[in-house]
Amino acid sequence: MASPAKRAQRVDAEVDADYNTDVSKLDTSVLWRITAMAFRHRARMAVAIVATLCAGGFQLLVPQYLGRAVDQARGLLAGATTGSVDSTAAEAALLTTALLLLAAAVARGVFTMLQNYQGEAVGQLIGFHRRLDFYRKLQSLSMSWHDRVHTGDLMTRGILDIEGVRLWVDTGVLRSILLTVLIGGGAVVLFRNDTDLALVALSFVPIVAVRASIARLKLRDTWIALQDQMSILTKVMEENLGGIRVVRAFAAQAHEMIRYDRISDTALAIASRRVRLFVLSTTQMTFVYFLAMGLTLWVGGTKVIDGTITLGQLTEALAFMLILQMPVRQIGWMINSIARASTCGGRLFNVLDLIPSIADAPDARPLAVTGGVVRFEDVGFRYPSHAKDERTLSDISFEARPGHMIGIVGPPGAGKTTIAQLIGRYYDVSAGRITINGQDIRGVTLRSLRDAVSIVQQEPFLFTASIDHNVAYGDPWAGRPNIERSAQMAQLHNYVKALPQAYQTLVGERGVSLSGGQRQRLSIARALLPEAKVLVFDDSTAAVDAATERRIREALKGFVADRAVIVIAHRLSSLMHADEILFVEGGRIVERGSHDELMADADGRYRQLYDLQARGAEATTDREGTA
Amino acid sequence: MSTETTSPAPHPSEQQERPPLAVVGSQIDQDEELFGRAFDPWVVKRFLTYLTPYKTRIALGVAAVLTFTVTQLTIPLIVRAAIDHALVEGATDIDLLHWFIAVFAGVVTLNYAANHLMETTVSKTAQNLLFDLRRAMYAHLQVVSLSFMDKTEVGRLMSRLQGDVYALQEFLESSIFAIGDIVLLFGIVAVMLSLDPALGGLTLSVVPLLLMVQIIWLPLARKAFMAAREASSSVNGALAENVHGIRAIQELGREDVNFGLFEAKARRNLLTHLTASKFTNVMIPIVDTLTGSAMAIVIVLGGSMVLDRSLDIGVMVAFLFYVQRFFDPIRSLTLQYSIMQRAMAAGQRIFEVTDVDVEVRDAPDAEDPAEIDGAIEFRGVTFGYEPGKPVLQDISFKVAPGETVALVGPTGSGKTSTTALVHRFYDVWQGEVIVGGRDVRAVTQHSLGRHIAMVLQEPFLFSATIEENIRYATAGASHEQVVAAATAVGAHDFISRLPKGYATELDQRGANLSLGQRQLLSFARALVADARILVLDEATASVDSYTELEIQRALARLLEGRTALVIAHRLATIRGADRIIVLQDGRIVEEGSHDALIAANGLYARLYRMNYASFDDIPPEELERALSDGGQRT
Repeated sequence: MASPAKRAQRVDAEVDADYNTDVSKLDTSVLWRITAMAFRHRARMAVAIVATLCAGGFQLLVPQYLGRAVDQARGLLAGATTGSVDSTAAEAALLTTALLLLAAAVARGVFTMLQNYQGEAVGQLIGFHRRLDFYRKLQSLSMSWHDRVHTGDLMTRGILDIEGVRLWVDTGVLRSILLTVLIGGGAVVLFRNDTDLALVALSFVPIVAVRASIARLKLRDTWIALQDQMSILTKVMEENLGGIRVVRAFAAQAHEMIRYDRISDTALAIASRRVRLFVLSTTQMTFVYFLAMGLTLWVGGTKVIDGTITLGQLTEALAFMLILQMPVRQIGWMINSIARASTCGGRLFNVLDLIPSIADAPDARPLAVTGGVVRFEDVGFRYPSHAKDERTLSDISFEARPGHMIGIVGPPGAGKTTIAQLIGRYYDVSAGRITINGQDIRGVTLRSLRDAVSIVQQEPFLFTASIDHNVAYGDPWAGRPNIERSAQMAQLHNYVKALPQAYQTLVGERGVSLSGGQRQRLSIARALLPEAKVLVFDDSTAAVDAATERRIREALKGFVADRAVIVIAHRLSSLMHADEILFVEGGRIVERGSHDELMADADGRYRQLYDLQARGAEATTDREGTA
Repeated sequence: MSTETTSPAPHPSEQQERPPLAVVGSQIDQDEELFGRAFDPWVVKRFLTYLTPYKTRIALGVAAVLTFTVTQLTIPLIVRAAIDHALVEGATDIDLLHWFIAVFAGVVTLNYAANHLMETTVSKTAQNLLFDLRRAMYAHLQVVSLSFMDKTEVGRLMSRLQGDVYALQEFLESSIFAIGDIVLLFGIVAVMLSLDPALGGLTLSVVPLLLMVQIIWLPLARKAFMAAREASSSVNGALAENVHGIRAIQELGREDVNFGLFEAKARRNLLTHLTASKFTNVMIPIVDTLTGSAMAIVIVLGGSMVLDRSLDIGVMVAFLFYVQRFFDPIRSLTLQYSIMQRAMAAGQRIFEVTDVDVEVRDAPDAEDPAEIDGAIEFRGVTFGYEPGKPVLQDISFKVAPGETVALVGPTGSGKTSTTALVHRFYDVWQGEVIVGGRDVRAVTQHSLGRHIAMVLQEPFLFSATIEENIRYATAGASHEQVVAAATAVGAHDFISRLPKGYATELDQRGANLSLGQRQLLSFARALVADARILVLDEATASVDSYTELEIQRALARLLEGRTALVIAHRLATIRGADRIIVLQDGRIVEEGSHDALIAANGLYARLYRMNYASFDDIPPEELERALSDGGQRT
């Protein structure tokens, strides 16, 4: 995936959530890069460019034929007055010119079609590939990066910014070529006829060019500013609607509207400034163009009177200018799209150029697992975004293996979840090592590692899909019996069966709403299905009631026999049956042992916690005693 | 990058690799109309009401459009006049030429002024209109009844606030040119016919041909545009899933499978867009051929008319000019058609939002008392969300100022509805809810908000600093007050430990804090609001015992000196209350202190004796048993 290291590439874990800061410096390099992408589609680009040249050429023929027609008509007129000209021959000449003109118009149309189509096709192909790259990149970037980035921002990049890049080929590259051909070719024709007239007719070109490049820079700044404001506005709206109950509870509508108006007004002010800049530059360009046309008429008319040029030549010059009217009007759009492409491209490449901090080592081999054995050897860890001396974990050592289940408990912020994240290599250890069946997890492929490890989260994400799709998410090839078996173990099957559409019931954002406990059970079923050899339950039963949790535990007894199991929980009843319990505090293991051993120390942290939870825990033990 | 291929053809092996149970993006089909009628009078009428504030500006704009068109049309006429009068063979007149040039310069300047005025007014009005519409929708969503918000997903509303407004923007921006184009089109027809009716008529004879082509083209093109639009919305949906569900995707190793599926969607998107592009571009040679034909007609017929002396040569030149300007607008108007359809559909959805009925409104004579005494009373309240299905039936109870009352009962017993009514999130069907001695319908909603602080079950936080989150709507709260509140609920310690303290920016929804910490912040937020009445919905998800202790302590601090109605899940909270109200199926079944209820040996006593740390932990089957026991008893 990694592209050549010439560009400013950064490791995802080290960038700030605000990674837009240097967008404006990249301007031309971004445009070059998009252009290079276009030229990767050689055949299409070749066709598009040839078509553009031909379209321009034929378009230039049109005013020449028009000029010729006027002269022929004048000749006819003159001939008719003097009676010296064969009118049939003249009319035939006129017909020939008309047919040539028609042919030129048709050819221009066909080539313009080719130009537009191929230009858009290349743009669409670039969009297609960038979309795939972006999707792939998001999949490979580390969780520490995803944690910091706002989802709305990524969606903007994936939709609007790709769109801006895509349009560059058509509006930027090809239209520039067409404009150059029209002006250049027209200049040649005009200069051949009459130098003064040519100079006058083309006098608007440098002025428009300067005006356009100034406007481009200014417009670009407003684009960036506007895009940023709109991102903020999106965030504010999304949170307001998501937290509408909080807003209502505090009668904060006025507060929220003030907040909204502040951002919206800023955005509107920028948008208005953009309109002003844009309108001013486009209308000025048109004005300069018309002035040049007036000058042409003046100078040309004088020359016709002098007899230096014919009326046909003047018509030709004027008709040529007419051809340029649309392109001049489009220059405004062009510079707008250049500004847009470089902004959007910069934002997009900022993501595409990130190097995932967690990736396969060059010599990575697939992990070989028989029965799962997870070993932590003096593991230390510090989050990349934290200060150097601020360690989240220090000297963590333990081994989980079949028949030796590990329970991890401790106060919030002790580093329990971090331990779970390290097993799946969502972060790399800063000290020591983690092995599975004797292999350092940094030396094996990520794919094989994550196949071997199932982590059940506290707050699971459900996909907007049917229940069976969700359960089979980790193994979409799974058959119905396996799906149902997993659901049974997770104590979900009976609930699902009772639904009218059973396993076809839609869940997720737009499906039926599940309770917290049901979501967690679905997440457990999902984690069990791929039959991973290492199972990590990260506080995954917090919302499941104690009795159901006990039934899940019973159902899993056979299943976990040849697996390494690590249970992280704050409810002691979830893990007191573990073979070894680690009490983690401040990133260190402060107590370890079986439930009975830990209970023996009357002043121990575990014992204190037990007493704290006594009421609930007693209830559970009572019930287990009678069951 | 490795995915680079030049051919968009599908990979043959993909079909076999696709697993049976895998999709990316939503499984739900497109359920919203992307295209409407090209012209929907209702939508247009609604639009116009939003344009009223800009009346003068629009009048100015219309005047500018007309001036612009007239000057635009005059330019070739001046050229024609110059040729026919000043440059005619044998009768050239340099002074007349200069006079024409002066007129030309004047007209061009006027054209510039009109053009500038036109584009500025139209663009600005369009811009204002978009912001107005978005604001109207957003502001309306702030006041519509919660029952509407309960039913509608945030994602769908966002797509209206963004996607639909964007579709309108596209329409309005392109309409700037379209308006000028249409007027110009009519102007050109008029001028050509008046210059020379016969030649004008013949030249325009190609227009019906174009219309015929359009009639065949339009339905086909429309289908292609729709397919492209649907494909891109499906691709974006799949991308959104990849963004939101990334953790689950990485954990379950679905990267490769999903990428394959996404690639298929992206490819379909590519192909449909290419097809749509073909339809767009095929019109170019057609229009160009017709333009060429019209010019050929002018040359051949015009030429022989010049020969007959029935036509001035300048008129012929002017005709050639007009023909060139004539067909471009027609082509762009064709493209405008699909944008218009999209805009109409978008407009309809936008107005759907602004038209949502506001059920809970302030009465015209609603009071805004500065102080209230903090008493709450329900008098025979019946309420429900759907007609015929009451959730609360004939509920009556009183909470004295300063008293803490716990509401308990199984899921679905009406606890949350009761607390929602105190804040008048909904209106009752029957009976009265009285807060501080006044019916909630007799005071403003804003005053209810000021006197009632609410802590919701889910501690929702905003992407802002911790300080801003604690202060939230209490704009006048000083930094000291914020710190005092945080200290009181025991959040000060962990906040101070953060590198930036109170200025720490929270991630999306406070993701960088633990659940317990988020709860403490939501307590501090309620404390800063310093209201007489507190309505609290205790969180059900169990947090670790340490945080639990802190939360209990914070809760005690929060309840001090306030009237409190608490939906209690924790036994500790329930026992600490002055009084307990037990709800079942929307009715009050028991009421009294903990000890009294235990002595009464009713539902509460049975639930309590089951010894679960929280009532919500009770498994459904045991709950049923407890409830049916009660049924036998009564």
